Amino acid sequence: MRAFDYHQAADGTQAIEQAVRCQQAEYLGGGTNLVDLMRETVERPRTLIDVTRLSRDITDTDGGGLIIGAAATNAALAGDARVRRRYPLLARAILSGASAQIRNMATVGGNLLQRTRCAYFYDTATRCNKREPGAGCDALEGFHRYHAIFGTSSSCIATHPSDMAVALVALDARVHLRGPAGDRQLAITELHREPGERPDLETELQPEELIVAVEVPPLAMAVHSQYRKVRDRASYAFALVSVASMVELDGDIIADTRLALGGVGTKPWRAWQAEAALRGQPATAATLAAAVDAELAAARPLPGNTFKVELARRLMIAELSQRLSDARNGGDA
Amino acid sequence: MQWTINGQVREAEVDFRTSLLDLLREQFQLSGTKKGCNQGACGACTVLVDGERINACLALAVQYQGREITTVEGLAEHGKLHPVQAAFVEHDGFQCGYCTPGQLCSAVGMIGELERDLPSAVTADLAAGQIEWQRDELRERMSGNLCRCGAYNGIADAIAAVLAEELGEEIAR
Repeated sequence: MRAFDYHQAADGTQAIEQAVRCQQAEYLGGGTNLVDLMRETVERPRTLIDVTRLSRDITDTDGGGLIIGAAATNAALAGDARVRRRYPLLARAILSGASAQIRNMATVGGNLLQRTRCAYFYDTATRCNKREPGAGCDALEGFHRYHAIFGTSSSCIATHPSDMAVALVALDARVHLRGPAGDRQLAITELHREPGERPDLETELQPEELIVAVEVPPLAMAVHSQYRKVRDRASYAFALVSVASMVELDGDIIADTRLALGGVGTKPWRAWQAEAALRGQPATAATLAAAVDAELAAARPLPGNTFKVELARRLMIAELSQRLSDARNGGDA
Repeated sequence: MQWTINGQVREAEVDFRTSLLDLLREQFQLSGTKKGCNQGACGACTVLVDGERINACLALAVQYQGREITTVEGLAEHGKLHPVQAAFVEHDGFQCGYCTPGQLCSAVGMIGELERDLPSAVTADLAAGQIEWQRDELRERMSGNLCRCGAYNGIADAIAAVLAEELGEEIAR
């Protein structure tokens, strides 16, 4: 690991002042990803600004939503009684990720900004456009079982690894940002970028800009939301495919729905096409099949991850069917 | 820099790169905490910070100044094994023993989470205030601690026995 300087920030404003003043500074949350990447020399900051003293409060908004301080731990958010009651998919997504030890360390802000676990990104002996722009990508013709089928480019097929982000994308959360130019908000669906020609640019954050909070808006149907994750072992593994889902029925018509996918996208994948094909349509098997087909039309699988197309199809249909069944039975999930 | 380790205030000046794991082992000769993968995958380095379990290998020591850290050396009190330690002996919760300090600290942290009714990925009803403890809950919650000898059945038996004793909850096999 390369030597670095360390500063602890009392709040977001101080963190930004420190980051502006220091060369090659990075913000440090729980460190569960950054420390590992520094040890592998994939990340080589000159300065770490510790932002774990930022707000970790989880507070109610007037309308029945929540504002989550960026320094709240993953464990604290998943354990919060309001999250468990109002947004069960968020609690389930967080608890489906990592281990209890890591969830006790990892922060909400850090979870959103974690880097891909693509083995070629980690291995400095291989080519990676995300690590070294223009170098090439050894995953394309390598072992890419865990890689993305949505949002990929000829430069990068790395999967965004977060479970929590998939739930937040489904909930239309907003990130509260603070930077040298002031405060602003961004829809979480706009936070992460698809790789295109610049896989090294992963988010829309400006230099020194910092996530200070995440706001989850009120959403009645989220009370019966769910998150289901399929992986190679029963626990403590990244997703092959995961599905965040919820529906609202009006008689036999799907009045509203949210659907998002993990393990398959270069960013947390909101299934916009499927949602559009479901809204206002009769809640039938044919509707579900057509909607899932609409989403999967954009899939660009490679030989090693073609199985994810069929897995995603079956998982989306199974989950949507279950949500519809729950809604018909009075919403008892 | 200063930390409270197993109830004692300890001081050292270390490079910012020093992990909490290396601080414990190299600076304070508390070698009970083990270095397995050193990348957060195996849980051998699990310690308790203010009662919560974390991976010491991914923790920078500088970030944990002023905190109360408990290692496997701090579990026993007055020469008497912690109930979790005694249960591991009773139920053969180990073979080679390398992962055991992490398993023990993790189990102690997990029992604390149980006492606070915190949910896990396999908790059926997340909205329920009280968790119904089944065997699959226990295994899910300990999934961050690998045992390459495969002593999992003994580990699960040991923890289940402690839970039955302390919480009066029998966990079916």
